Amino acid sequence: MIEAGVTNVVIAGLGGQGVVKASDILSQAAFAAGLDVKKSEIHGMSQRGGSVSSDVRFGERVFSPMIPRGQADFLIIMEETQVTPNIHHIRPGGVLITPDHIPYILEVEDEEQAILLQRTLNVAMIGVLSSYIPNIMSEHWLEAIHNNVPNGYFEINRKVFLLAQAVEQVMSRLVTTTSSIGGIPKPALR
Amino acid sequence: MAEIAPQLLSGNEAIAMAALDAGITLGVGYPGTPSTEILENLSRIGGEAQWAPNEKVALEVGIGVAYAGGRALVTMKHVGVNVAADPLFTVAYTGVSGALVVISADDPGMHSSQNEQDNRRYAVAAGIPMLEPSDSQEAYDYMLEAFELSETFNITVLFRLTTRVCHSKSIVRSRPKPLRQAHFERDIKGRVMIPGYARPAHRRMREKLKQIAVAPLMDRLTFETGNPESKKGIITSGITYQHVVESMPDARILKLGITYPLPLERIQQFVESVEECLVVEEGDPCLEEAFKFANIPVEGKPEDFRFGELTVDRVQQIITRNYKEIPPPPPGKPPQLCARCPHRIAFSILSRLDCIVAGDIGCYTLGVMPPFEAMDTCVCMGASIGVGLGLRHALPTDEARRVVSVIGDSTFAHTGINGLVEMAYNPPTTGHVVLILDNLTTAMTGTQEHPGTGRRLDHSATRQLDFEALSRAVGIQRVHTIDPTEDAEAYERLIKDSLESGELVVIIARKPCILTEKRIARLEAEACLAEQPNND
Repeated sequence: MIEAGVTNVVIAGLGGQGVVKASDILSQAAFAAGLDVKKSEIHGMSQRGGSVSSDVRFGERVFSPMIPRGQADFLIIMEETQVTPNIHHIRPGGVLITPDHIPYILEVEDEEQAILLQRTLNVAMIGVLSSYIPNIMSEHWLEAIHNNVPNGYFEINRKVFLLAQAVEQVMSRLVTTTSSIGGIPKPALR
Repeated sequence: MAEIAPQLLSGNEAIAMAALDAGITLGVGYPGTPSTEILENLSRIGGEAQWAPNEKVALEVGIGVAYAGGRALVTMKHVGVNVAADPLFTVAYTGVSGALVVISADDPGMHSSQNEQDNRRYAVAAGIPMLEPSDSQEAYDYMLEAFELSETFNITVLFRLTTRVCHSKSIVRSRPKPLRQAHFERDIKGRVMIPGYARPAHRRMREKLKQIAVAPLMDRLTFETGNPESKKGIITSGITYQHVVESMPDARILKLGITYPLPLERIQQFVESVEECLVVEEGDPCLEEAFKFANIPVEGKPEDFRFGELTVDRVQQIITRNYKEIPPPPPGKPPQLCARCPHRIAFSILSRLDCIVAGDIGCYTLGVMPPFEAMDTCVCMGASIGVGLGLRHALPTDEARRVVSVIGDSTFAHTGINGLVEMAYNPPTTGHVVLILDNLTTAMTGTQEHPGTGRRLDHSATRQLDFEALSRAVGIQRVHTIDPTEDAEAYERLIKDSLESGELVVIIARKPCILTEKRIARLEAEACLAEQPNND
């Protein structure tokens, strides 16, 4: 019953991990690409260290801002413990993206860089996702990232995004679906 | 007007933009999820916006602005309307000279609230028109309509949002309107509600509602969509409309943008043109009841769907009458106090001392969660002090001596002060202890300012409400201030001694919220820089 051509992405994690920021980047990139977009999440009490998730839907025409149960094409999980409470979102054959599947993408020289990389995890996850979404161009992604990260942090985020995207395009093993729903999808190569 | 590029906005951002485009004079409110970002955004994009100590004061300021011929936007969450209900019901009689639009941001499913009251009831009870957008574009368009409706009929307008309209983003095209100048017109019989003037004012209010029910705006805010051939009709409003279109694109759908007063004639025609008609609405069966009262034959939803949010899945269940229970997903991680939060120390102590804790609304309500479980009541903003006093009055002495009222700084400024006056006025025989957890911000809603922080909505400096002086002024015998992070043993001793003293005690545990540390440092550095004589 879902509108034809709507892509559904659930991003989930814990408060403070950049879930909402990631969904802002995704929704703005889709918007910049000329698609109809809706995104929805809960603010307030749940932000205090609890589970946070955000629904992003884009395509020809989107109605409800909330993704119906079992209809997420992509489920991005920022923290391993959040797979169980969120796995019901994903559709059969949908793609699960977790930090375990993010490669060691940059050489880390010191602790400061390590923290920086941890903080850019959300953008890395979006980079992985981007390789599956051919109708949103790199310029749209980068514009959205530029609008959503503090001045001076764009360059590192840009690098992380492009690397995660490039690596994902060639290494399908970095993304898996859950075994219960079977079938590892072949990443779309551009 | 030049064409403005569309933007991706949340409902709250769209409303702020509409208020600015409508030439708003002042936006005023009290923070409360999901309404908070409306005024923050209004201020950010250049509108005048300020926080009031509570929703009642906010509405009263808004009324003054609208009496002066200005355009006022007053924002609050659904339970805030309870606080503001007193002026609301009477401004319904007086009407306004300019425009007065009151936002009620409801929270079906209680994502961040203590109840899920359906504030469509307020429109009916107070006799105030109510508009309900279903996405950000409608939030923008309807806000412009609301100002126009308010000004055309000199009437207050209630604007009902729900969490999923406030916090969902969708695409908005804007169209700014010209500004309006405030000016005071004396209208004593219209504005001073002594009984002799209020009686005709009530009749005028009912007359206006009748006129609105047949005004051209009703047609602009009511539309039909879906398959015109379908024999199955659905009437809906707000966010539920979006779920209905997605679930049932082939039905005939009548979407209501104004849910009080109702376009009953049009609804009657719609229902007659289909074989069966279902009302799909979130929360209370308000529309269903109104239609049935008007002898319009419609079918409602089962009682179970009155609880919680509606979703596409639940709307499908209502429409297909397949009420099989959807198993809930495994629970996520519940919210908790931050690891470095000073409130943690307070709740450890209260737990250790086996206190009976009358709690309040804020981050510190999380003191109810394990490992503390140190909260025994939480009713509404400011209730901790009154409830604590009532417990003290009723309990036997040994139990009464264990009662503590715990309240946050923003909540204290909101409606805690009255409770403190009551405490001095009718002191329990065992005395009482009020613990103000002062983290110098409204933390739960996203670190907003309040009178106790000494900063206004935009963080500019203003007079700071002095809790210590205030407590002494109302007649509290012992007023202590402590840094909760400095010496946990001294903190515990202070609470223990206070409980044993049998006196009226206020303890102010003051330490800035860790989430505001960076901001405060920046603001202080800026202030320091501004004070330097060589700085131009």
